[in-house]
Amino acid sequence: MKHKWIYALLAIALLVAMVPTAPASAAPAGAAMACAKDYTVNAGDTLSAIAEKEYGSITAYWPIMAATNAKHLTDASYAKIENPDLIEPGWKLCIPSTTDAEAFLKAFPGRDTPTGVAMLFGEGAKGQLIVASWWTNGGEFAGLNEMFKMFKEANPDVEIVNAAIAGGAGTNFKGQLLSQLLGGVAPDTFQLHAGWEADTYDPGVLITNVDDAYARNKLESVFPPTLLSMLKFKDHYWGVPVNIHRSNVLWYNKALFEKAGITAPPTTWDEFFAAADKLKAAGIAPVALGGKDGFELQHTFETILAGSMTAEEYAGLWTGKTSWNSPKVTAALETFKKYLSYANEDHAALTWAAATQLLIDGKAAMNIMGDWANGQFISGNFTDYGWAPVPGTKGTFVALSDSFALPTKAPDPVNANLWLDLAGSKAAQEAFNKQKGSICARTDCDYSSFNAYLQSAAKDWTADSIVPSVTHGAAAKPSWATKGYADAVNLFATSGDVAAAQAALVAAAADAGYPQ
Amino acid sequence: MTATAPTRKASRFHWTRILIYALLIVFAIWFLMPVYVLLMASLKSQAEAMQMQNMWLPPRILGIRSFLIAWFGSNEPPATLGLEQGFWNSVMLVIPATIISTLIGSINGYVLAKWKFRGADFLFTLMLFGMFLPYQSILIPLVVTYQNFTKFTGIPLFATIPGLVVAHVIYGIPICTLIFRNYYAQLPTEMIEAARIDGANFFSIYRRILLPLSQPAFVVVVIWQFTSIWNDFLFGITLANTPKVYPITVSLNNIAGSFHVPYNVQMAAALITAIPPLLLYIFLGRYFIRGLMAGSLKG
Amino acid sequence: MSTSPQAIGSYTETALPKKRWLSRQNWERIVSILILLPSIIALGIFVYAFIAWTGFISLTAWNSAAPDFTFVGLQNYARIFIGSGTDAIRFRYDIRNEVGFLILFVGGSVIFGFLLATLLDRKIRGESVFRSIFLFPMAISFVVTGVAWRWVLTPGTQETGWVGINLLVTNLGLGGLRSGWFTDPTILFIRPDTALGQFLHSIGLGFIAAPDFGYAVAMSSIVLAAGWQMVGYTMALYLAGIRSIPDELREAARIDGATEWQVYRHVIIPLLRPVTLTVIIILAHIALKIFDLVYSMTGGVSAGFATDVPALNMWKTTFDATKFAQGASIAIILLLMVGVLIIPYLIWQTRSEAS
Repeated sequence: MKHKWIYALLAIALLVAMVPTAPASAAPAGAAMACAKDYTVNAGDTLSAIAEKEYGSITAYWPIMAATNAKHLTDASYAKIENPDLIEPGWKLCIPSTTDAEAFLKAFPGRDTPTGVAMLFGEGAKGQLIVASWWTNGGEFAGLNEMFKMFKEANPDVEIVNAAIAGGAGTNFKGQLLSQLLGGVAPDTFQLHAGWEADTYDPGVLITNVDDAYARNKLESVFPPTLLSMLKFKDHYWGVPVNIHRSNVLWYNKALFEKAGITAPPTTWDEFFAAADKLKAAGIAPVALGGKDGFELQHTFETILAGSMTAEEYAGLWTGKTSWNSPKVTAALETFKKYLSYANEDHAALTWAAATQLLIDGKAAMNIMGDWANGQFISGNFTDYGWAPVPGTKGTFVALSDSFALPTKAPDPVNANLWLDLAGSKAAQEAFNKQKGSICARTDCDYSSFNAYLQSAAKDWTADSIVPSVTHGAAAKPSWATKGYADAVNLFATSGDVAAAQAALVAAAADAGYPQ
Repeated sequence: MTATAPTRKASRFHWTRILIYALLIVFAIWFLMPVYVLLMASLKSQAEAMQMQNMWLPPRILGIRSFLIAWFGSNEPPATLGLEQGFWNSVMLVIPATIISTLIGSINGYVLAKWKFRGADFLFTLMLFGMFLPYQSILIPLVVTYQNFTKFTGIPLFATIPGLVVAHVIYGIPICTLIFRNYYAQLPTEMIEAARIDGANFFSIYRRILLPLSQPAFVVVVIWQFTSIWNDFLFGITLANTPKVYPITVSLNNIAGSFHVPYNVQMAAALITAIPPLLLYIFLGRYFIRGLMAGSLKG
Repeated sequence: MSTSPQAIGSYTETALPKKRWLSRQNWERIVSILILLPSIIALGIFVYAFIAWTGFISLTAWNSAAPDFTFVGLQNYARIFIGSGTDAIRFRYDIRNEVGFLILFVGGSVIFGFLLATLLDRKIRGESVFRSIFLFPMAISFVVTGVAWRWVLTPGTQETGWVGINLLVTNLGLGGLRSGWFTDPTILFIRPDTALGQFLHSIGLGFIAAPDFGYAVAMSSIVLAAGWQMVGYTMALYLAGIRSIPDELREAARIDGATEWQVYRHVIIPLLRPVTLTVIIILAHIALKIFDLVYSMTGGVSAGFATDVPALNMWKTTFDATKFAQGASIAIILLLMVGVLIIPYLIWQTRSEAS
């Protein structure tokens, strides 16, 4: 805004500087074609019509566009075709031979792909890349910046716009993004939890499937099958995943455990509460909980729920196979209630990060949170922590995955696809996840430079049964997860009324289309 | 109480005076407390700000790094986006919106005060309801209209600064009209009558007689609109939720509503957001108070 | 509609030649209407048509991202009013919180605003300094207020350390003043087994003796923050009102032997009645519309929705959970609540001005 003048001057300076030096960019595919003849556009001509006349196909105009643009770079008398639908009378076009044209078409992967763009324009990507996420700060923001850096190196002419919106687990982000998509002011790509969350954005209408990006980068062979099945929604892929998070982790402060004489992390809830009592007796706050945004409570309850039944039964809760009337749900509610009684009283004022900070500061001993807490430990240079699966969930990996999606109205699908290619790459995933504190979506990442927790998580990811997380958008219809289920848990956290909460959970499931 | 109060009452007089001052000072402390806490936190380093037990103490080492991070953002820990973009967006929004709504309010007020036609009062009452409207009750149609306006007309309203200006201007019409109407209504009609006899018409009366007298009303409305548009959050978050256009209140919420940003940066961001209307308040305070009066319908 | 004395229309019979005069008057009438027309059309659409549109949406099945205008009658209203579903519980809590907030915020602001005004009216040295201090929060965004007060009122705990005001009062040796602030899930209500509860029961109002008709203690924190911002405003209005009362009136009362208290009781307060009405209306409608403050201070969800309010619920239901029709129904209820308050006031204003 205030730099407008500076930018304008810079732009003029650049233009002036560029005139004498003819661009010598990497040999574009179009340059390989000689002009069989030149053609001057007449009024009423379209590229399709010319292509039909020359090659007998109305869709074979790409070689003409590529060859003309390639010529334009060295000979300004040839036109520059930005948009194949817009040609003007008087333009000089270069028409390659039929053989050249056929060879070109065979190699041409389509206009929306980075390679395709290079072939058409003989130069790298330009313009903007708008990336929307809810990673506004901390390790996740640092991780995103790593990816920006890599993208910038590969595509120096693209301006990256960070369109982040804050909010825990995307609480504010999703609604605002939906509003943007409906209003047609989409970003080029945005953060999407793998799974049911795609349903928020009317898949196929507001977002486009990214099956092409999978095919182009052969992603189906580098992501584990469990993840692929989580990603596939309505038979398509809607996002390229960058990471895997585990949500059922119990974190503890080793020094405080030692102080209270606890030797091993609890594996059952009985052990957990025994340990909590010991901590309390030693004058240490046993549990740090953040509850300000509500999702922290839903998250905790979800992991308790997963621990109170088999992985299969748990997954069945969200597909109508397991009844919410089950006594196991009752037991989980009881456990959750007891867990809350050990938590810091001011949990309603704290975000999950503030609660994690209590652990780092040695003010509380244990905390159930997803392994994004690990990212906070990394950025806070805190190493004296231990971890274990949430009691009862050994062998179960409650998973969520952050992916990048492609809005139908992405202003620059070319750059968006470049971003998706990057997001799926090994180098980007390693750089991103080290900062973010998560493991790679790919199976071939090198974990040797990751911290101990991540190495263990990577191992569990291959060995455990995987269930998708509901709080984080993977397992259930969005309105069920963010309203029916969420409100029931939030109400229960203060009322402590088990019967009412279970009734509300049953009603929420019925609302979502699974009458119990 | 005046100086002529009988001496017999002097001691009691003294006692109540002390009580009054004591009360006033207690209230003043109460009003300044959040500002104090904000200032103290924002002038501390991150490490110092994290020591909650010292949150009421002044910083041991004064620093303004938190303000720099809050403004520019930072890629290093504590990595965060800054307020800069939101601040300039708000500036670009608030200036045209204030000017346009003030002008509309002035001419509307002129008509409603001096050119009443049959049903004018009724229309005015209908307009006034817009001032009290809970915006939630028009929000969905507003967003939908904005979203589709581009589709049907090619004119982008949704997620653009001009779009936000339009919303603020329209929903600002009632209050601006009200203030000007009340102001013009108290100007003597005889003056206008005389001008009419001298041959002045509708526009020349406005231009030559009312406008030169309107300066106080203009200041009041400008201050009022500036503050309420600058401070708006709801329209910002629903109509302009991309970083290219979102106003500073949304930027602030992005910084303060997230998890990892240390308190010193959050508080610095809050202070920066509050500064422009506060400056206006400090320098034009008496008009500000008049604006408050005017905002209460009767003047 | 009657015209007020200021209106030009009543002064038209002047000495100008009649024919020209009429045509000029007509022309000017047309111009004046034309000038108002854009504003009227804009408000007609952006206020009244949009309200109708919201009303229509609230009767449809549009409860996901894709619009669905199937007519479902009052189903969306039933969901928030009837039964024991979470939507109904949450909405009942919203109303409970809102009513508690409304009463305490308006009442508190009126009392403290009036108190400050009377204190400042005492020929205070440094009056303008005090006035500025009391009034400056009015210039600040509710979002800033929310951020600041969240920081001041975060309670902390014994084990993890006290924070904010709790820390301050503990350090001052006033530990008894500690509170859970906005995290306190306590609901104060009339217990059915108390004398008052029994009495209510006996007159058929037993349903009032229940938590749904109680007061959520956490709302007190919102009252504090909102009051901090608006008390100065109330004070300014009262101060202007007090100052507009002629000194002779007070002097006369004093000469008649009235004590200072009686002067207030019988002269000043009655004369300030219109100001009080205005203050109450303005504050009450701010209270009903309150959104930004709660959004930035507590988010509304925590402590079992102890600080949730209808405006926030509407926003979250609509834009976070994408239940547009459900959100529209809450919006309509909110509008009705504001309307009940504002419409009689507007009518009264217009009438009293006209007469």
